[in-house]
Amino acid sequence: MPKLIKNQDIIDDNYQLLETVPAADQPLPEGNLLVPLTDWLENQQRYNNHSGKVGVWLDSHEEPELLAGQAQSLPVIAINFPQFTDGRGYSTGRLLRERFGFLGELRAIGDVLRDQLFYMARCGFNAFAIRADRCIHDALNGLKDFSETYQAAVDQPQPLFRRRQMQAE
Amino acid sequence: MYIYDQYDQTIVDERVIQFREQTQRYLAGELADAEFLPLRLQNGLYIQRFAPMLRVAIPYGMVSSNQLRKLAEIARKYDKGYVHFSTRQNVQYNWPQLEQVPDILAELATVQMHAIQTSGNCIRNTTTDQFAGVAADEIVDPRPYCEIIRQWSTFHPEFAFLPRKFKIAVNAAKKDRAATLVHDIGLYLVKNKTGEIGFKVIVGGGLGRTPLIGTVIREFLPEKHLLSYLDAVLRVYNRYGRRDNKYKARIKILVKALGTELFTQKVEVEWEQIKDGATTLTQEEINRVTDHFSVPAYEALPATSDQLAQQLADDPNFNHWYQQNVNAHKVSGYSIVTFSLKPTGVAPGDVTDKQLEAAADLADQYSFGEARVSHQQNLVLADVKQDDLYPLWQAAIQHGFATPNIGLLTDIICCPGGDFCALANAKSIPIAEAIQNRFDDLDYLHDIGELDLNISGCMNACGHHHVGHIGILGVDKKGEEFYQVQVGGNAGSDASLGKILGPSFAKEDVPEVISKLLTVYVSQRTPEERFIDTYRRIGIKPFKEQVYAKAH
Ligand code: HEM
Ligand code: SF4
Repeated sequence: MPKLIKNQDIIDDNYQLLETVPAADQPLPEGNLLVPLTDWLENQQRYNNHSGKVGVWLDSHEEPELLAGQAQSLPVIAINFPQFTDGRGYSTGRLLRERFGFLGELRAIGDVLRDQLFYMARCGFNAFAIRADRCIHDALNGLKDFSETYQAAVDQPQPLFRRRQMQAE
Repeated sequence: MYIYDQYDQTIVDERVIQFREQTQRYLAGELADAEFLPLRLQNGLYIQRFAPMLRVAIPYGMVSSNQLRKLAEIARKYDKGYVHFSTRQNVQYNWPQLEQVPDILAELATVQMHAIQTSGNCIRNTTTDQFAGVAADEIVDPRPYCEIIRQWSTFHPEFAFLPRKFKIAVNAAKKDRAATLVHDIGLYLVKNKTGEIGFKVIVGGGLGRTPLIGTVIREFLPEKHLLSYLDAVLRVYNRYGRRDNKYKARIKILVKALGTELFTQKVEVEWEQIKDGATTLTQEEINRVTDHFSVPAYEALPATSDQLAQQLADDPNFNHWYQQNVNAHKVSGYSIVTFSLKPTGVAPGDVTDKQLEAAADLADQYSFGEARVSHQQNLVLADVKQDDLYPLWQAAIQHGFATPNIGLLTDIICCPGGDFCALANAKSIPIAEAIQNRFDDLDYLHDIGELDLNISGCMNACGHHHVGHIGILGVDKKGEEFYQVQVGGNAGSDASLGKILGPSFAKEDVPEVISKLLTVYVSQRTPEERFIDTYRRIGIKPFKEQVYAKAH
């Protein structure tokens, strides 16, 4: 079974990612599924009837606003990084966490490499499907690059200047 | 100056460890070229024509004498004994070894310096007026805000992989010395009717292939909202900026495509949702950072020094230098001195290790141990007693800093061009030198007066050629180097972009072309007019006619 970094641990990935979904008259695969956002929005009945759990994945250009009001019902939301240099997913992650109240598993998929993990984690990602040709154990180290940060973000909602102030008081 | 506390130091130290490790993985073949590229760029490391090039940040241009000495030591130990001051308040090393870059960063960290985000598609070093804090025409010192922006932008997790590079400039004086209007975000510090401090926010300026002057998207942003508003602008850009074409990826293209109104609306809608969050600045934080830029221990001095008046009367050369390279200071009895890094025959902005050390000593002796770097590639000692100007000038002569040409034709802004840069279409340093050689008569230069001449080796415009009163751009014609000449650009608060004169010129002809432009100016000017003013009054036609007139 493929592996996943989740909550700083390496675990089995028990979701199957569907890049495209079988036609309506074909059966869905068994088990837990990650399905494309637009398809999920259009065919919720079909997924409600599915025996496994269903999460959605967004491509880098897809807007988290489409999930407003519904994000909280999902167990997993995955965001695709078609290339690691495409940084839209960082904003998407923060919005899902900070604006749309998503508390479930937020997973980075696609071109996910060690050197992006620290930033991703700050933007609310807690799960990482590391690119298949890379060592997942090595990638785990990427979460520990820094022990201090300046800005407010999902992992640390107080910017350093406020924490500094609290320390000083 | 801002002094790191344990948090700042930890972050910079951990960066050194991170980059050392990334470099090792790259050298071991565990990171592909394409993967290492954005990582090294975010650490200012280019692979250039001859060797890697390392760009070191000088946040908003402030540098201490200790830092200057460290830059000198690094130049000696790891490079060929000199550094290059760039137009973005950075310095560049042209010959470091990739393997040694982590060691260089470790050395920099010992003096609170780094190369973080000096390149790459992230928020770059924030720049400001080199006279910040000492200029008489200033509303408030912009440096604390620059430092606040520096911290906010350092490893900002959401904006490390933007569509393209992102540059912010802050100016607080009446005269804009920071080319604010040609930055991705320009901030003018202002006071509103009730005396509150805030920012006029300008977005979408920039040079390069599509040069544009920025547009105002907010007349007044209260200071406490600075960071949340920047977050909102950057978030809109990160989400909607183009990523399919790197030449159309800058925020200026997004602003243009959406129109200022729609773009502004998107920013305001986003900001509404985040404006009162934890990122809202506290007065305590503004005060804490401001305290680092507190007034040095100035002596109480009379407004004018009799001794200086005598020296100016006695020594015409000193007087010349004083007129050109010394500016008024807001504190009585003090002056601002600019060291010219543009003597004839030296690449504009190049300084040797020895010179850096000399500048450090002079800063210690005469200017509270601090200096600044200007985007015109010069070095400033900002707090010099008027009585010290004469000895400082004599020392500056010794070290090659006293060319009395600040703001004049030979104070050329010039990119590294074909001598160093892999992207160049043509050389630019030899053009600067040829012009400096041709116009070496100081009386003539003074007569011509204020004139910005800027040279870039390609349309990326690192040498700001679009905003030079005269701009020169290297172009490639069938493998040969030619130079296109523009007139009418300006970088100040009345910024304008230069217009192309006509067909480009061969290298040998450039000084003569400049000479002809000056002839037109001299014959047409009114007594008070600068070159740019005359151009704006009479237009391009007389210049064009003179330059392209057939020889009789
Ligand atoms: C030697 C290596 C260098 C490389 C490869 C390089 C590359 C570039 C590129 C590709 C652009 C265009 C970006 C765009 O429009 O999207 C650019 C713009 C610029 N660079 Fe450089 N550059 C170099 C050195 C310098 C130096 C030495 C300076 C200062 C002397 C400088 C300052 C600038 C400035 C001011 C711009 C214009 C920014 C704008 O468009 O608003 N660069 N550079
Ligand atoms: S303008 Fe062109 S030639 Fe000059 S430094 Fe920039 S990229 Fe290189």
